Amino acid sequence: MAGSLKAGDTLLIDSLDLTLPAGRWSALLGPSGVGKTSLLRLIAGLPCAAHLKGRLKAGDGAPIAPRVAMMAQDDQLLPWACALDNVTICARLRGEPAQTERAAALLARVGLGGLERRKPANLSAGQRQRVALARTLYEDRAVVLLDEPFSALDAMTRHTVQDLAAGLLAGRTVVLITHDPAEAIRLADVAWILTRAGIAPCILPPTMPPRAPEAAATISAQAALLKRMRLLAAQGAG
Amino acid sequence: MMLHAMSGLWRGCLVLLVALAIWQAVVSLTGVPRFILPGPTLVAQALWDNAALIWENALWSAGNLSLGLAVGIFLGVETALLLALSRRARWLLRPMLVVAQAVPVFALAPVITLWLGYGMPSKIVTIALVTYFPIASALFDRLMALPPGLADLSRLSGAGRWRETLLLRLPYAVPGLLSGLRLAVVYGPLAVLIGEWVGSSQGLGHLMLMANGRGQTALMFAALIVLACLSLCLWVTVEVLSRWSSKRLSYA
Repeated sequence: MAGSLKAGDTLLIDSLDLTLPAGRWSALLGPSGVGKTSLLRLIAGLPCAAHLKGRLKAGDGAPIAPRVAMMAQDDQLLPWACALDNVTICARLRGEPAQTERAAALLARVGLGGLERRKPANLSAGQRQRVALARTLYEDRAVVLLDEPFSALDAMTRHTVQDLAAGLLAGRTVVLITHDPAEAIRLADVAWILTRAGIAPCILPPTMPPRAPEAAATISAQAALLKRMRLLAAQGAG
Repeated sequence: MMLHAMSGLWRGCLVLLVALAIWQAVVSLTGVPRFILPGPTLVAQALWDNAALIWENALWSAGNLSLGLAVGIFLGVETALLLALSRRARWLLRPMLVVAQAVPVFALAPVITLWLGYGMPSKIVTIALVTYFPIASALFDRLMALPPGLADLSRLSGAGRWRETLLLRLPYAVPGLLSGLRLAVVYGPLAVLIGEWVGSSQGLGHLMLMANGRGQTALMFAALIVLACLSLCLWVTVEVLSRWSSKRLSYA
């Protein structure tokens, strides 16, 4: 991906040159309004207010959009359908028969065994995001785009769902958008900070994600990243 | 305290009883002639004495009303779905749907009676027309208001418009259909009455007109009360449907 991201005539990100490695977790960090979500929507081929002046292509040259699954901050579950039907909705939307057993197995893997017939209203926020994760896994796509899917959860729940996602999405090309440096440090193989001027790569601890949040290397990396983001924000303002 | 503890139904009955008492008191105290304002006892008497006549006419009106509502609902739902499914249909018909809201369809009743005669067809067409537009537009508005998150989901899944409408838009739009129905059950009985006033040889509206012409004001009130009960039944049906569906479909 290369070029600049614009919303109308307003420049959001000037020189964008990003290579997201296949089969890894890439985190894109940045303040609200910098165009993180726009970038993700562009990758997914979804309608978007901003447009990319430049190129966006996959390493193998094939189109990206049909290989994408997405998880957003809002779980996007159907309120009228039970957990199981929510997991199979994408297949049913394509007119494929729902593989109920596979869906139930995925729900069990995200820790919701026995809750297949619950409606979203009768599930907690964390459980709903687990259903959304099972739905994403059911799609079995090579590219998974995560638009702050953990940011609305409370700290403890966030931690468990992050671990779950890290385990279950391993091996896929994951793009995680977040404004939380701790989340990027914890989950990403590679990470960038997005600013108006462009993008800056982050230095991550040498260990493999998911990294233990209490490890000294994680904490110092977090502190360094936070400092760097502050500096970049100050430069952007000046 | 006691008033709070009472259920809605009992509170309604209490208010009704008080209203009836005031009505009777006004009639007794002012001595207003019975052909101007009959008291509730006289109306009850008229209801009892003419039970067979009222029942016969009520059945006719109720029959027309149900048929007209069924046609209006069916066509309204079909139109909304067609518009949601086809961009071309939207382009062509959406302006009509907007403009039709502004046309007082009730005013068409005399023309419809002129074209279709005094019998059942003119009543059914009037009722269907009056109920069609609120249902079509309320359902259509909600069909087009799919939350952006669900629209993304549909697009990423690679869903066709047909399945998207059936699996996402339609279940989401059920509250829209119900608000259309709420309007329809208010307009429907009005349409029956107007249709029968314009020209009919049967029905509660016709009975009211006849009774009025003969100075049988109590009978007129009795017919009016029966029509009100009919409306109430329809309203309760929609209310029950709405509660059932909001529970079944888990809307917040």
